[in-house]
Amino acid sequence: MSNFLTSSIGKKLIMSLAGLFLVTFLLVHLGINLSLIIADSREPFNKAAHFMGTNVIVKALEFVLFGGFLLHMIYGVVLQLQNWFARPTRYKKENYSQTSFFSKFMIHTAVIITVFLVIHLFDFYLKAKFFGDVPLVVYDGKDYHDLGILVIEKFKLGWVVVFYIACFLLLAFHLLHGFQSAFQSLGINHKTYTPLIKAIGVIYTIAVTAGFIFIPVYVYFWM
Amino acid sequence: MTQLNARIPEGPLAEKWNNYKASQKLVNPANKRKLDIIVVGTGLAGASAAASLGELGFNVKAFCYQDSPRRAHSIAAQGGINAAKNYPNDGDSVYRLYYDTIKGGDYRAREANVYRLAEVSGSIIDQCVAQGVPFAREYGGLLDNRSFGGAQVSRTFYARGQTGQQLLLGAYSAMMRQVKLGRVKLYPRTEMLDVVLIDGKARGIITRNLVTGKIERHFGHAVVIATGGYGRAFFLSTNAMGSNSSAVWQIYKKGAYFANPAFVQIHPTCIPVHGDYQSKLTLMSESLRNDGRIWVPKKKEDVEALRSGRIKPGDIAEDDRDYYLERRYPAFGNLVPRDVASRAAKERCDAGYGVGSGLAVYLDFKEAIGRLGKHVIEERYGNLFQMYEKIVDDNPYETPMMIYPAIHYCMGGIWVDYELMTNIPGLFSIGECNFSDHGANRLGASALMQGLADGYFVLPYTIQNYLAGEILTPRIPVTQPEFEESENSVRERLNKLMQIGGKQSADQLHRKFGLHLWETVGMARNRKELEKAVKDFSALREEFWADLRVTGMVDEFNPELEKASRVADFIEIGELMARDALQREESCGGHFREEYQTEEGEAKRDDNDFMFVGAWEYAGQGKEPILHKESLIYENIKVQSRNYKI
Amino acid sequence: MDFTLKIWRQENAKAKGRFETYNITGISADCSFLEMLDILNQQLIDKIEKPICFDHDCREGICGACSLYINGHPHGPDTGVTTCQLHMRKFKDGDTIIIEPWRAKPFPVIKDLVVDRSAFDQIIEAGGFVSVNTGGVPDANAIPVPRVDAETAMDAAACIGCGACVATCKNASAMLFVAAKVSQFALLPQGKIEAKERAINMVAKMDELGFGNCTNTGACEAECPKNISISHIARLNREYLTANIS
Repeated sequence: MSNFLTSSIGKKLIMSLAGLFLVTFLLVHLGINLSLIIADSREPFNKAAHFMGTNVIVKALEFVLFGGFLLHMIYGVVLQLQNWFARPTRYKKENYSQTSFFSKFMIHTAVIITVFLVIHLFDFYLKAKFFGDVPLVVYDGKDYHDLGILVIEKFKLGWVVVFYIACFLLLAFHLLHGFQSAFQSLGINHKTYTPLIKAIGVIYTIAVTAGFIFIPVYVYFWM
Repeated sequence: MTQLNARIPEGPLAEKWNNYKASQKLVNPANKRKLDIIVVGTGLAGASAAASLGELGFNVKAFCYQDSPRRAHSIAAQGGINAAKNYPNDGDSVYRLYYDTIKGGDYRAREANVYRLAEVSGSIIDQCVAQGVPFAREYGGLLDNRSFGGAQVSRTFYARGQTGQQLLLGAYSAMMRQVKLGRVKLYPRTEMLDVVLIDGKARGIITRNLVTGKIERHFGHAVVIATGGYGRAFFLSTNAMGSNSSAVWQIYKKGAYFANPAFVQIHPTCIPVHGDYQSKLTLMSESLRNDGRIWVPKKKEDVEALRSGRIKPGDIAEDDRDYYLERRYPAFGNLVPRDVASRAAKERCDAGYGVGSGLAVYLDFKEAIGRLGKHVIEERYGNLFQMYEKIVDDNPYETPMMIYPAIHYCMGGIWVDYELMTNIPGLFSIGECNFSDHGANRLGASALMQGLADGYFVLPYTIQNYLAGEILTPRIPVTQPEFEESENSVRERLNKLMQIGGKQSADQLHRKFGLHLWETVGMARNRKELEKAVKDFSALREEFWADLRVTGMVDEFNPELEKASRVADFIEIGELMARDALQREESCGGHFREEYQTEEGEAKRDDNDFMFVGAWEYAGQGKEPILHKESLIYENIKVQSRNYKI
Repeated sequence: MDFTLKIWRQENAKAKGRFETYNITGISADCSFLEMLDILNQQLIDKIEKPICFDHDCREGICGACSLYINGHPHGPDTGVTTCQLHMRKFKDGDTIIIEPWRAKPFPVIKDLVVDRSAFDQIIEAGGFVSVNTGGVPDANAIPVPRVDAETAMDAAACIGCGACVATCKNASAMLFVAAKVSQFALLPQGKIEAKERAINMVAKMDELGFGNCTNTGACEAECPKNISISHIARLNREYLTANIS
């Protein structure tokens, strides 16, 4: 087992499992975000954010989530470095093969998504958790962080919206290859199911990306 | 001239091999560890021998010129491998396989060897299946067989059109397992340049590392040569570019006899030559003749119109087509043996009916597509059709293929006795590079069988009979004067090649010589041409040594030097081939002497005077080689003339 | 046809290489790519220059010796063929053709376009075999094998070990090569017995030799001259995972 985790296939297994875990997390995150614009008030969103921030199980899961991110990132970097080392001299004319376009830029999209993630954490998560300079709002006689207003304020800024959308488009590129690739890494390849998995991957990517992008657009233009 | 003794065991034919095994000497396991065996060549024969000998516990050193043993030219065999398994219940037996092989070889093969080959053929299939060779299977999960090369029974096992590849990878894998276990040491990109004899016994070889140019000495208690045939002498052949006969030629020069060099096989279904820059011909599997019909136009004006491109083959009416094989050989039609089919194509082209460049005939699938449907033809030959289209840029589903015979295989080779040992003690020769099993013509799907039979099931036994006498011989240090001498002569020769400083490249000289060889010692031979050829080749040899240009240096990776060294040997082999063809005043199998044919143009064999193996002994530079004979005695088969008409 | 060739020249493993430009004229469209290089080499020899070294042998697409990275494609722009089966009719008159050696850390250049692929032999040595000795095996028909398994095994076994998969992979990964062998044996009852050790040992050797990691780009499958599918890589992943879990 010790060799397994350092082997090329073992590392890919971790990448794919972590990746798929993050894929499910994105769905949860999107659901909460959407509650901000679906409901008339920010209450559901703020309550959901509160729940996510205070519930013991969720808090435990938070570590898992960070673990997932870290694993995915660390292993991604390690794999990429090894891959670069595997070809010390590059070609004059690079590979032209007609294969998955997005697969060639996973590390590039990943780096930008990571930058986004860091900014995102500073903007919301860390603010709420440690800095405490988040306005308070009272629902049913209880204090809640009004994270909703924070989001809306952000999305009223045009450049933020543009940056946000750009990052999610890159995330889409990342997912378009990553989703189906994870299954291949897990050894799942079947002449009937693989096309299905690929289709689900595309639908998921479009849906999630569209969902995340819709929020700032909505906030910017209509709220 | 002396009579050669093949040391065939006593007893009835069917019991000879068992009797031999029961009474041969063996080497005990403790002693095996002390014995070193050199195997040169890693094709089917070499790799299977190296693997099997390693498994037995000998120390094996395996050499090949390729960058990996997996690339040996056995890999290119397409059609299949014969075995007398009788799985289809169609009447096959060991005897019948033996019978077909002897008859197909035009009664010039050694009876006892062929019977042994047929006997062990079944074990080869068992072995390969156990190794994980993915042979074609029926829906019930059992092995599929097909009929091949006009055989009356279906005894050919196959793995799509890549049987040679799969069998070679099986043998290669088995050998790599021994490499892992430390019993086989591998020397890829290494070429043998001489054999070292000490007190008349083979004791080692001198090699050149093709990457660094380093000359190295290797000791072995026995030396096994498994380097394939000399077909590349013709320049244009289906052999690989690197296929060569230098190892064979070096041992010949050290005293090993060279048997039946004139017996070469010309395969009827190759893609015709398309330009003078070409250096390699491509074979299309013989299986195509199962469904394709071979023809040329009947009328000269049609030939003209076709060549000038005014009409297409499809424009020629059925009545104006000459299905010459079906016409001449009604019983076998398009499935006559290779030598017969090849000569018939040459006859038509020589008479002026050739299509394309004039040296091609049609192989037409129109009738088969009409009868079976395109999908069946696609299933059977899809990859071959695709290969043809890639090379020729013509769609064989619509236009008939063009084919022409090309040099493919050498039945002749180093003379060996029943134990596959040459006349030099401790020097063995297996696979295509020995002469033993195919007589004057080899049947389809038999080369793979012989290579693996020799390597897996014959040599591992017979070599022990020799090595049992060597257990007291310690490993001889390679500092012995014999090694020194041999290495010096190798160095001298390489330096000589480098220093000629002429104008022509090895390829240019090779092409010139090879085409001349093809014209004189090719499909049809005659005294006048052969006598001239012997002189011409000797002149070409002089031209070679006076006008060769080798660029680069001796102590580096230098393919030009490799080629030059090989071509030097090919030219000398050509001369020996011409001499042998001259000596054999009859027509048999792949050897066709125009003076010896029936009125209808069929080969006329002379069993009274030529039922022997002609083995040549080197007599020194510039001297005529000496012919020795091994009489062929057939006690278990009625010698008859081959008749494919009725 | 006329071509401008930019070819990688490198004296030996230690020397520094460079691209040289050659012009070649009057090439027939029916000429194969390697024949075109033969013609160029003859011209170089005529000028007493060193010819370009490249690996080649069978020239019918089965030995796997020929390589060459041509205009960004291993084995050139045609599909399902090796370099020796590539014909000049696949190029346009006047084209500039860039010819490079396979590039990967485990495939060091020996000279010009010749690389050392013995890493593949080492991977096979690590476990690419069924451990049976000669003789003493059961009758070939003793163990039936479902036809579809035999056919799929054959699909994988068609690998010629040329290294195009490594050459084209942006990660220089050898997964397709390893997968082809592991998959062939995993599908057959004869090979199943050692499937576990085989997968573990071959992958360990592959990693040790410095090949990159598979990121499922599928370039290998697209460029493989024998059209070997990456479904075999998935099978290798499965075999490797189960081998480690069980």
